[in-house]
Amino acid sequence: MAEAEESPGDPGTASPRPLMRDLKAVGKKFMHVLYPRKSNTLLRDWDLWGPLILCVTLALMLQRDSADSEKDGGPQFAEVFVIVWFGAVTITLNSKLLGGNISFFQSLCVLGYCILPLTVAMLICRLVLLADPGPVNFMVRLFVVIVMFAWSIVASTAFLADSQPPNRRALAVYPVFLFYFVISWMILTFTPQ
Amino acid sequence: MSSGCLQTEEFFPPLKRACPPYTSSTEFEEATNLLAETPDAATTSRSDQLTPQGHVAVAVGSGGSYGAEDEVEEESDKAALLQEKQQQQQPGFWTFSYYQSFFDVDTSQVLDRIKGSLLPRPGHNFVRHHLRNRPDLYGPFWICATLAFVLAVTGNLTLVLAQRRDPSIHYSPQFHKVTVAGISIYCYAWLVPLALWGFLRWRKGVQERMGPYTFLETVCIYGYSLFVFIPMVVLWLIPVPWLQWLFGALALGLSAAGLVFTLWPVVREDTRLVATVLLSVVVLLHALLAMGCKLYFFQSLPPENVAPPPQITSLPSNIALSPTLPQSLAPS
Repeated sequence: MAEAEESPGDPGTASPRPLMRDLKAVGKKFMHVLYPRKSNTLLRDWDLWGPLILCVTLALMLQRDSADSEKDGGPQFAEVFVIVWFGAVTITLNSKLLGGNISFFQSLCVLGYCILPLTVAMLICRLVLLADPGPVNFMVRLFVVIVMFAWSIVASTAFLADSQPPNRRALAVYPVFLFYFVISWMILTFTPQ
Repeated sequence: MSSGCLQTEEFFPPLKRACPPYTSSTEFEEATNLLAETPDAATTSRSDQLTPQGHVAVAVGSGGSYGAEDEVEEESDKAALLQEKQQQQQPGFWTFSYYQSFFDVDTSQVLDRIKGSLLPRPGHNFVRHHLRNRPDLYGPFWICATLAFVLAVTGNLTLVLAQRRDPSIHYSPQFHKVTVAGISIYCYAWLVPLALWGFLRWRKGVQERMGPYTFLETVCIYGYSLFVFIPMVVLWLIPVPWLQWLFGALALGLSAAGLVFTLWPVVREDTRLVATVLLSVVVLLHALLAMGCKLYFFQSLPPENVAPPPQITSLPSNIALSPTLPQSLAPS
């Protein structure tokens, strides 16, 4: 990851504001995900900070309350984490085994950043759930989740599809579809206690 | 390779121009044999079987014209493919390319294998005709993953739909079912083929005959046979019990038939007793899997499972209210 070393013992030699530069890079990638077009920014300067922030946010919001029963509730923080990261690693391995020419961390970076629309959907769902429960409430949440799911798929395919030979593209894209589908399902079935 | 070309050139001079694309004489002989039998079959380059780089879609449609000559062609097929296998060199298992060789499939091939598992035919061996001695791990792995997630999701959906009909049922996301589904499906799809392969190899040691399937081919057979359960599970959303059992029986029949037709050529040379016991154990395990899925993920919650105390305490309060009502009505 592109990050300058900050040496506390040498205030004169530390480069100005490396944290801001990193945050700006993360923000720029967020913009690239929200408005996906053919560009190599996500692939060239990959970083895993964005996926980490998104994953932690999603896992915190999806976490079930401690008052909920042990067995029957929604996913725990660790379960969301495991699903996101192991899912991303499995998809990356699958893509590489099929003969794709994308590097391991580039693929993780793309898959992690493309969770952004679903995190936004989670935020919206939590806000909508503050209103009265009912079929309208559910329809709104369903619509939002479906739109964001489609957005995630489109964004990640825009970046990942080119790395596969054309006769295997569907094989590489299907696991991505499954991955975002599972995350969308977790978001849709979230019920606050 | 060039000597093989010349050899066939002597016998089939008109087909000389087709020689360069083929990289093996045995493959060319097989192709010309088949051409001689079915002159209207389309010729396409079969080089995808030996050279992983140049991928050309095999003309799958020509497989339909082989109908009458299944047995004869199967023997020549086996011999040719065995020879090919011996010529290929496997990289070591610690290299990445070793595992890449198990994912050397195209979209069209995967779809063809899925179709083959959905429509089993008695003479049509899945391994010989669809896998063609190139088993893949993509199909079994992702079919199992899809099945596990679809089970968990549809099981949860039935709970949602049941709650719509009967609001006393307590809805919860039941996320632990994803873990259970995943572990059980993967264990079934990997341990049962391991046991089957081990058993067949032991029997092969007892009775000398031509090779049983490799471990990967057995995994492939089982993995692709699980595909038919995916639409079955989705159709189980319909809350009509006899329809659910019907779909279950249909899917189980298709899947088990596929397994039996594929295993029969390997097992028929063994003693009758061993063959029938093996096949019935295979079908039984498959049926157990289907029933286990139905009972665990789609159980309809009995009402007494859900919060009985509020119902009991609400009754006395109703009774207590009614005597007070006339009193409240009386003054008005």
